[in-house]
Amino acid sequence: MINPFRSEAEAYRFLLLTVGYFAAIAIAALAIDKWAGIAVFLALTLAALVYVARARNTQPRQQVPSRRGAANERRILVVANETVGGSRLREEIRRRSEGYEEQVFVVTPALNSPLRHWASDEDDARAKAQERLDASLSRLRAAGVDAKGEVGDGEPLQAMEDALRLFGADEIIISTHPEGRSHWLEKGVVRAARERFAVPITHVVVDLEAEHEEVREPT
Amino acid sequence: MSAHAEAHHGPPAAHQSSRVDSTTLGMLLFIASEIMLFGSFFTAYFFVRVVNGAPEWPPHPFHLPVFVAGVNTIVLLTSSFTMHWALQSIKRGNRAGMQAGLVLTLALGLTFLLTQAREYSRIGFAPHDGGFGSTFYGLTGLHGAHVFVGLTLLTFATIRAFRGHFTPEEHWGVEIPGIYWHFVDVMWIVVYTTVYIL
Repeated sequence: MINPFRSEAEAYRFLLLTVGYFAAIAIAALAIDKWAGIAVFLALTLAALVYVARARNTQPRQQVPSRRGAANERRILVVANETVGGSRLREEIRRRSEGYEEQVFVVTPALNSPLRHWASDEDDARAKAQERLDASLSRLRAAGVDAKGEVGDGEPLQAMEDALRLFGADEIIISTHPEGRSHWLEKGVVRAARERFAVPITHVVVDLEAEHEEVREPT
Repeated sequence: MSAHAEAHHGPPAAHQSSRVDSTTLGMLLFIASEIMLFGSFFTAYFFVRVVNGAPEWPPHPFHLPVFVAGVNTIVLLTSSFTMHWALQSIKRGNRAGMQAGLVLTLALGLTFLLTQAREYSRIGFAPHDGGFGSTFYGLTGLHGAHVFVGLTLLTFATIRAFRGHFTPEEHWGVEIPGIYWHFVDVMWIVVYTTVYIL
């Protein structure tokens, strides 16, 4: 998000740009005529809009989470909404942490409608996410996986970023429903996560109803 | 007492997310409200200007002290530079530089406000002298009020600076007034260019 007043240094830079912008318009209007002033105004405004559009479209640099924990630890971040109960996911966690002391952290995004999100009406979404998280943790613990977790941001990528800052994972496992039933796949969450985070990302497709699961290896 | 009540002491934990952190969101909401506030005054100003249809602006017999206001603009811009210097100084651990920068910023801001007050006293028209007078005093007065608020923030920052507050790591008390001060300067550039120059 572009915010010219995020810090004093950015605000100062914005002030200098504003001075240049209005000085150019005033000079053109006074030295030539008002139409020259309008032309400069339009040209500079257009240039500013193009700059803002380009800055928004620029891909952010890939983030490398800092490593935490002991050398013999395998820290796995699991991002799942309601599909963490799949047996294949549990197997995958075990397989990935074989020979290591596993540290599993489950994040359940508090999915919410855009209107409720912007109205800060998140209580219900977080309460439901907490219920799903508790159920997921219970299942994982019952399967012998020592897992902790928390409710994350409603936006899965943001939830991953927040969790990586706290947890510093060696890898991420994203659990989704099968294609056609998964909103996350439709929104390209897995692809976007691979672009954004410089850690191996495993995508586990869990079909809870059919108990049919497949695992796609990290790229 | 129920088990639920026993489990909760005080308000629930705040919802936290770095999608929009609280300081950024606060600043965005503040800027949005300021844009709407100044926007309404500018709308009134341009409405009066267009409806008036006078070949010259400001309309006869009004006259604006463009040169004095220009000097005042330079004073205000210089104060932004000293503000930036103050913050850069404390970031580098230069306490004397921060103190000098804040005192200079305060002095320059006060100079701007006093010059504007003197301009009002000698300008030759009042807010009730037609649409132009109302919008002129409305816009410049609104900005003056913002300068006053900025000077209040800077006064607190300066007092704290001389009492030994702020370090290279912790200087929000200078950063926030600095952001506000630059915002006030940006708004003055817009006001000065549209009201005095164009």
